[in-house]
Formats: sequence, structure tokens, C-alpha cells
Amino acid sequence: MKLKFKKGLSLNLEGGVRADAQTVTKKTDMCAIVPDDFPGFVPKPAVKDGDEVACGQPLLFDKAHPEVKILSPMSGRVKGVVRGDRRKILRVEVEQSEVTVTAPTFSRPADAASAKSFLAASGMLAFMRQRPYDIVPNPADTPRDIFITAIDSAPLAATAATYGTGIFTAEDYQLGVDILRMVTKGKVYLATDETWPFGDIKGAEMLTVAGPYPAGNVSVQIEAVAPVNKGETVWTLDGSTLARIGHIASTGKFFPETVVAVTGPEVMTPGYVQTIIGASVESILKGNLKETPRHLRVISGNVFTGIAVDGEDKYLHFPYRQITVIDEGDDVDEFMGWASVSPSKMSESASFPGHFLKRLFRPDARLNGGRRAMIQSGEYEKVMPMDIMPEYLIKAILSHNIEDMEALGIYEVAPEDFAAAEYVDTSKLPLQKIVREGLDYLRKELE
Amino acid sequence: MATLRKLLDRAKPNFEPGGKLHAFQSVYDGFETFLYTPRTTSPRKGAVHIHDSIDSKRTMIIVVAALLPCFLFGMYNTGYQHWLALGATEFPFWQLLWYGFLTILPRVAVAYIVGLGIEFAVAQVKHEEIQEGFLVTGLIVPMICPAEVPLWMLAVAVAFSVIFVKEVFGGTGYNVLNVALMTRAFLFFAYPAQMSGDKVFVATGTPFGYGTPLPDAFSGATPLGEIVGQTGPDIVFKGLDGSVIDTWQAFLGLIPGSFGETSTLCILIGAVLLLATGIASWRTMLSVFAGGLFMGWIVNTFATPTYPASYISPIDQLLLGGFAFAAVFMATDPVTSCRTNTGKYIYGFLIGVIAIIIRTYNNGYPEGAMLAVLLMNCFAPLIDYCVVHANMSRRTRRLTAKTSRS
Repeated sequence: MKLKFKKGLSLNLEGGVRADAQTVTKKTDMCAIVPDDFPGFVPKPAVKDGDEVACGQPLLFDKAHPEVKILSPMSGRVKGVVRGDRRKILRVEVEQSEVTVTAPTFSRPADAASAKSFLAASGMLAFMRQRPYDIVPNPADTPRDIFITAIDSAPLAATAATYGTGIFTAEDYQLGVDILRMVTKGKVYLATDETWPFGDIKGAEMLTVAGPYPAGNVSVQIEAVAPVNKGETVWTLDGSTLARIGHIASTGKFFPETVVAVTGPEVMTPGYVQTIIGASVESILKGNLKETPRHLRVISGNVFTGIAVDGEDKYLHFPYRQITVIDEGDDVDEFMGWASVSPSKMSESASFPGHFLKRLFRPDARLNGGRRAMIQSGEYEKVMPMDIMPEYLIKAILSHNIEDMEALGIYEVAPEDFAAAEYVDTSKLPLQKIVREGLDYLRKELE
Repeated sequence: MATLRKLLDRAKPNFEPGGKLHAFQSVYDGFETFLYTPRTTSPRKGAVHIHDSIDSKRTMIIVVAALLPCFLFGMYNTGYQHWLALGATEFPFWQLLWYGFLTILPRVAVAYIVGLGIEFAVAQVKHEEIQEGFLVTGLIVPMICPAEVPLWMLAVAVAFSVIFVKEVFGGTGYNVLNVALMTRAFLFFAYPAQMSGDKVFVATGTPFGYGTPLPDAFSGATPLGEIVGQTGPDIVFKGLDGSVIDTWQAFLGLIPGSFGETSTLCILIGAVLLLATGIASWRTMLSVFAGGLFMGWIVNTFATPTYPASYISPIDQLLLGGFAFAAVFMATDPVTSCRTNTGKYIYGFLIGVIAIIIRTYNNGYPEGAMLAVLLMNCFAPLIDYCVVHANMSRRTRRLTAKTSRS
């Protein structure tokens, strides 16, 4: 099936990866798992400080469903289960060393029950999400359908990182689909675009998607194919998780390798780095940052949904595919920026000359204005390729009106679907945060 | 620029909590963010890391820029009508402009001082940033009033509107009614003698001692004001010198009227800027003109001597009075307009229709654009409610269709 989306946002940022870029392998001696990357997963530590862990051994398990685990990407010693306020687990850090424990093995599943326990035990269920609520799926559920998006339409996303080129093969994707088909009675949809190198995957409904961001977001694809209604559950995952499932099933061993696109205007040579899940960002970026006196913001992920790493939290975050480095911008004084006619100002608004120029921009992390009440109307709709009324859904969430939230389609969305709207918003409202809180609130009230 | 920054930084501690001038913190913040883009950066997680360059200040300044052609023309026209009323045969451009400027300057100043003063005070009390909305309102208010509206009336009306139409509802972005139009409506109903009739639309005074005075009771009606007493079917408008105001004259706008709304040409220049930058909604703007044209055609088709305004051609209906100004600058106010795209068509169309109805079928009331917009302001939430519920029931139907199938 072909899906074409018109509404959306295509930003032209400096620091994209060239099509012919080679993948460089970089070793890391530290890695960490951050439970906050997995909404809905209530972490309980499976290890203590100083424990030896083998690659693939559980670091964390879910309080409600102990069979759902997150595994160690590295063999070594647990440097620390780092806790924050009220003993909340912030991350589990692992330091590389020789170990005597042996790595666990995973057997290839044969039916629905074994497929689910395979996904939970291999840590792959935690890498998946469900609609509604955009949380780690409950292994007790049987999803209506499973949607996989092997497209990343975010700014500066690069295909080799999306597909795991060089580490995953067509067989990995095929086996992944075979396993997921055991889990659902419905269909397994695989969304790709015209760059997809692996051909048709048997057993999957192939979706060919075209359009600007957020065409690669799974919510957009679900809505166009088979929208989520109240009471239905759909599982979602990205292409590299699909391949990882297949790879683990075929080798029987946990597979922590990942290809990361290193991008952004402050990166010297944008390119691909092969490393492991949760690797320290420093090991990936070493020697590849521009020399600048300005403050930098290193984002683990893309500029829309990524997490800025700093100080203590300096690791690659889920989905482990991209790093973007931009200027922080808290060290510049821009005189009357609102009156600027500079062509270097990036904007969707035709009131800036840069809007008409075919050029690359290097935005910094400033809000470029102050927070206001919603004043302009119709801004969000322009970048929202779904039959959702974003402004009214946001207002329903802010007023904690559950009935309206349901009626306006909150079950169909994830916070990431509001990223483009948050970018264009004149009033600078934190839309993704509002949606996340709305989903959490709804879940708390209804479960 | 670095000196200015240093100056601001040095002054800053005084305005922070505990500082001597803490009571004026909102004023300081207002100036600081006006002069320098805030350094505030995006949260580190759960939010986008980059933001579009546009902000509320940019939006408002584009609207102000779009108003400028009308404003400059209003200055010239105020002088022109004054000279015309004096019976002059020569119209020295700069003197006309200067006269208009001196006439309007105190009005703009009063509107801004009163309005911004209240906004600054409220921002300080609520510990919020100063909102930019009044930058536009403060300029529009003098433009939609007769050029010589008494200053104290203007001050009272602006204070009333800013407090009771905007701030009590929560400030910019929360008001139900258009603040500038409510100011105008307040003046109209509280002081009708100074706001309507044929004695107020031509400037008679000598602002700051400049120019030649006219008698206070000088009579110069606006075209729509001339309708009273005519019976049709041929409605003829005459300017102050007795020359006929045809469609072209009405379009150019060298005619008596409120300060900034007479020239449809200048209004259209502003409209082009607003639409090209995407600041105003083309859906609303277009629908208002469509509605006006439609209703103008209806009333003209069924023209009757009882309502002489029904003899005005549909095109002239759009060019005269405040119709075009209301369509371009008032109806498109995003806060008080419909917010859904479908709603904007309905909202705009009904403004056009109602403006012409009021204008035509109420002989005691020559202009209807103001009341039409205010009336539709009240109905905008209802229209949006219906549009939103259409989306909701689409979703419900999808679910019921599915459950009944399985």
C-alpha cells in the first residue's frame, strides 16, 4: 500500500550525513541503560553495584510484569545503580571488564506464548511501544495489529542508522516479522520508503510512505491504515528493533550493536558510528566536534524528540540511532531578534527571508521568544498529517477532560506526533510534555 | 550594542526580588525581551530542541506594519479633509500630513499610555511576561475612531476595554471580544454625540496650534451618513467640496470617515502583507468579503425606498465605511475569531452578511461592521464547538461501524 502525506515539516539543517559516508566502529568501555527512555516500565534493579554481568544479562525488570526485562549491552561490572530523588532509578551504568559469568541464550520461539516470552526475556518488548498511552506493551495483551516503521523522517536522520546497514540483513528482518506474526491475530505492517534496500518481507503488509516529517511516525501511518479505536491495542516498533529481534532469534544471543548517525552543525565530519546500545556519547564523538568557544548541546536522538546529554547523563539514549550536536545559544545576545531580516533565521513563517531560501540552517536551542497563551490558530494543523484537532486535544488534556480527550483521539497519538507543532508554535508551548502528562493521567485514571 | 547590554545587566539587580525597583520588574523584563531575544533555551528532555524563529513579538509587529499604510493615509486624509472644509484649492502634501500627524499623535499616545500602563501593572501583579497584544490594539483604536475623539473619552474607553474585556478574562489570548472594537463600541454607546453623526468626522481643531480652525459645528458627513434623507434609486455621495464620490474615490479613500479606515487601497496593501506572511487567515478574510458581496447583492436586488442604503451597489458596500478594515484587521484577530479552519469560513461569511444587514435595514445606524464582528465574536466558540464535535462524532462512528461489523 502506498501512503502519501502532504502536511508536515521539512527542515534543512547543516550537518547531514553524506550518502557515501562509511561506518566507523568505535569501542566504548562504559554504557548505561536509562529507564526513563521506556515509559510505562517501572524499573526494579536485577543487579547490585559491583555485580558482574554478561552481555545479555538483565539489568532491570518491570515491577508489574517481572518477565519484561532490559538487558546489559556489555559484559562487565555494574558501576552503579544511580538513583535520584525518592530513590528513583536514573540509570544503571556498566563498566567493561573480563567476567566469569556466561551470557544467557535465547531459543527461537515457535508459538504465540513462547514468542511473547522471547520478546520479554530478550529485552525487545521494552524496545516496543503500544497504542494507547505510548508505553512499553503489556505482555499479557494480544495486540490487534503490529505496526513497524522503518523510516525516520526526523531532521538529519540517515538511512544506514535507520536500517542498521552492515549489522542487519534481510533475513533478520524476515525472522523478526515471522516472530511478531505469532503474537498478533491481525496484521504486521512494515512501513518503508523508496530507499528500502531489503525488498518485500514475506508475511508483512508493506507500506510505502512518502512525505515530510512526521510521515515516519508510526501514529501517522496507523491512522492512515487502521486507526486505533477506544479499547483497541496496537503494538509498534521501529525497523532496527525488528531486525534486532530477528538477529537475536537466529543467533540465540543478545545483540547490542547499533549504527548511530552522528549529525548536526557542530559535528566536524557527520557520519556513521557502529557502537553498542547505551554507549557513552564521548566515545562516539571523540575528536569529531568542532572547536568552538560557544556552548554546545549534544542531543542523543534528533532535534525533535531527543534527550540532551550533560554532566552525569552522558549516554546514548533509546532508540540508539542518532546523535545531533547544535549550539546551545544561551551565550549569545541577539539585538531585537523579532525584527530581524537576517537570512540565517530559520522559520516556517514567510515573514523571515530565510523561509524562501534554499539553504541549510544552523539553529540553536533557544526558544526564540517567550511563552504565551495560544494566540495564532491553525498553526498546528499545518504540520499534523492526521485527522486530529491538535489545539483542541491539547486543551482537553490541559483541562483534564477525559471524555473530550477520548473523543478527540488521544488513543491514537504519542508525544512525538506533536513535535512538529511544538517547533512551529508561536506561543512556544511545551506540547510534547503536555501530551505525555495527558497520556499518563488518562492511564492512571482508567487503569 | 554591547554598551546597551552592559547597561541592562547593571540595572537588572535593582528589579529582581529584593531590589529597590522590584515593583517595576515587568517593565524591565518587557524592555529587556524587547531589546534582546531571551536566552532561554529548550528543556533538556521531553521537548523539541529547536524552535521556529517566529514569536509573538514578530507576529504583532507584522500586523503593525500592515496597519502603517492605512495610518499614513489617515494622516494625509485628515489634513486633506480639513483643508477641503476650509475651501482650499491647493493641498500642500507635507502640511496636510503634518496636520494629520499632530491631530492623531495625542490619541495614539493616550491609547498606548493607558493600555500599556494597565498591561504592565497586571503583568507585575501576576508575575507574568508582558504580552504584546496591545501593541496592535493601541494603534488600531485611534484608527477606527474619528480623528478628533476627545482624549479623556479615549482614555476611559481604553481602560474599560483592557480591564473588562481582556484582563478579567485572563489577558491576551483569553479574551472573547475584540478589545479594539469594544473600545470603539464603548465610545459609540457612551458618547454617541462625539462618535457619530455628521459633525465629528472632519477635523476642525488646531492641534498644538497648527492650522486654521474650523467652526466646531462644521458639518461634513461620511458617505454612509449621507444616506439618511435620500430615497433612491440613485444614491449620490458628495464630498465636502460638493464633488461626487464614485466607486473609484471610495476605493482610494480621500473621503470623510474614521481616521484609518477610509482607504480600501491601503487596507488591501496591509491585507497583502498579512496574507503573504501567513499572519492572518485568508479563510476568514475572504469569507467576510464573500459574505458582504453576497448580502450586498441580495439587498440590492430587493432594494426599497424604505431602506435607502439598499440602493448601494454590492461593490460600494464593501468599499464604504469600516467594512474592508473590519474584514482585514478585525475579523482576522485569531483570539476572538473561530479557530478551526471550517469555522473560519462560516464566521467570516456571517460577519459580511450581518454587517450589510445592520447597515441597510437599520436607518438610524449607518455602519454595521463593528457590531457584526462583535456579534460573531460571541458566536465563534459555538461555531468551533460544532466543528470540533463533527470530528469527535467521526471518531465515534468509526468505532460503532467497526463493532457492528464484527
